Amino acid sequence: MSMPSPATSELDLRGAAPAPVFDPATALVAQATRGYWRTVLARILRDKVTVACALLLLAIVLLAVFAPLLALADPFKGSILRRLLPIGSEGFLLGTDELGRDMLTRLIYGGRLSLVMGITPVINALLIGAFLGVVGGFMGGKINTLIMRTIDVFYAFPSVLLAVAISGALGAGIFNAMVALTVVFIPPVARVAESVTTQVMSLDFVEAARASGASSFTIIRVHILGNVLGPVFIYATSLISVSMILASGLSFLGLGTKPPEPEWGLMLNTLRTAIYLNPGVAALPGAMIFMVSICFNMMSDGLRAAMDVTQ
Amino acid sequence: MFYYLLKRLALVIPIALSVTIVCFSLVYIAPGDPLSAILPSDASIELIDKLKKDYGLDKPIPVQYAIWLGRAVQGDLGTSIATGRPVNAELGRAIFNTLILALFGSLIGFSLGLAFGTIAGYRQGTWIDKSVTALAVAGVSVPHYWLGMVMVIVFSVYFNMLPAMGAGPGGDWIWDAEHLKYVVLPAITISVIPTAIVTRTVRALVADILGREFVIALRAKGLTDRGVFWHVVKNAAPTSLAVMGVQLGYLMGGSILVETVFSWPGSGFLLNTAIFQRDIPLLQGTILALALFFVSLNLIVDLVQTALDPRIRRA
Repeated sequence: MSMPSPATSELDLRGAAPAPVFDPATALVAQATRGYWRTVLARILRDKVTVACALLLLAIVLLAVFAPLLALADPFKGSILRRLLPIGSEGFLLGTDELGRDMLTRLIYGGRLSLVMGITPVINALLIGAFLGVVGGFMGGKINTLIMRTIDVFYAFPSVLLAVAISGALGAGIFNAMVALTVVFIPPVARVAESVTTQVMSLDFVEAARASGASSFTIIRVHILGNVLGPVFIYATSLISVSMILASGLSFLGLGTKPPEPEWGLMLNTLRTAIYLNPGVAALPGAMIFMVSICFNMMSDGLRAAMDVTQ
Repeated sequence: MFYYLLKRLALVIPIALSVTIVCFSLVYIAPGDPLSAILPSDASIELIDKLKKDYGLDKPIPVQYAIWLGRAVQGDLGTSIATGRPVNAELGRAIFNTLILALFGSLIGFSLGLAFGTIAGYRQGTWIDKSVTALAVAGVSVPHYWLGMVMVIVFSVYFNMLPAMGAGPGGDWIWDAEHLKYVVLPAITISVIPTAIVTRTVRALVADILGREFVIALRAKGLTDRGVFWHVVKNAAPTSLAVMGVQLGYLMGGSILVETVFSWPGSGFLLNTAIFQRDIPLLQGTILALALFFVSLNLIVDLVQTALDPRIRRA
């Protein structure tokens, strides 16, 4: 009996999302005329929570991407005359930080690094982990054992510890922090990919494909990837929220971004000294992390529910 | 059972050995010389050579590993480069402090999680279930280091009720009422993630069990609600315990962020110090101790789960 992976502790929350209305009279016709992805999209659009989260995230991402084009203050320019102004000050909607820099501007700019640092490791881990898992599951035998036993070693470290240990040893920096987080997320992705691949491999259609002369490459491309990528992708989306929290956490510890770069975790750290003077402003960067992280979680749950064809 | 025990123990040994290799390798993924932190930039070659010899850094890497492992097995984790004190001495107190924090955190997290999860599982689909589920999503999404700051703002800055920093007078935690006050905020902060995860797990388990046919049969034969509840507990226990065990491990190993927020003098705080002073022996020792703790905890959880669940034993 192995330990439950994060996959099993992420037991489904389908109860949270309103289940799509099932009408047997129209269902067959609708299913026949709509493709899988259009069904998924239609289901997502009916899920108000998911749509709201997606729109909010889209807004934050767009603001971050186009930050230099907006008429914003300089995120690096401060003034000792206007340090730690409260929220709602004249000209500084969300106040100013400990060096007198405009908080609204820095929060918008902060999204750039925070989002990149949170999402990139998951994408990397998805690519590498899915590759390892599919190869292991497809080859089976000794190669699979070798891959999966190596991955087990990383399960011997709690994820936060592993992230801190690697980025601590590599030294502070954005790149190192992302490398550390990638290493943290490869094992769980690989486990999910391996277990789904192994399941698919035992199905008759793989046997049939092989009997009809399909090459290994074709079997992997058509039969395995087609069935494995969906679940692995959904699982990976559920990691983004954790990754955002950990990435900003590393910056918070001083292991990620360096000052004066605006990044939510680092801003939270530098504003820690201000909690007695201006607690509202000090808590803002963390609220951003919380908001983005909860949106990613809700979207992942919504996507999971929408992509589950058995429902 | 005895055979299973042996098999499970035999599986732990390679994992533990690999963990030591990973911890040892940390030195070599680190840029620069492990000695650069304590050496002045104008140190003479003779001094560097002498120190390298003292710390055993002049030998080939596999030999260094063997020596390090040999000492570690005997409980000697080397000398802290920054303080010159044995790593063991630093580690012992810190791990004790973290353990206290993790125990309080899991006490809060597990009791809340079990209660919330059971209630939500029984009241599936109702507003209670929906609010509990929403709370659980919020719990796994909240950056807990930020939550710690918010707690400090509310309970220390505004209401001035609880201390915001440290483990209490004397630096280390001891069992008395004064020190109890210091553990409240960090323990609540650290308990949020386990609360959410245990809630999710237990809710799903209870909902699943209640929907099974045997429960209908139990009800049909006239078993009381309490009797049915006992069956639910028995069926949900192995998985719930496994999840809680892993969570306790995560609390021990993942406390660094919360410890930093509250300046709690635990292993995470030590780790932080070790990283920024580039104190490699201390870094290795702390990570090794925490990882081995996690591995043994997983082993214990596995064994308890096996003892509880007859299906695993037979397999």
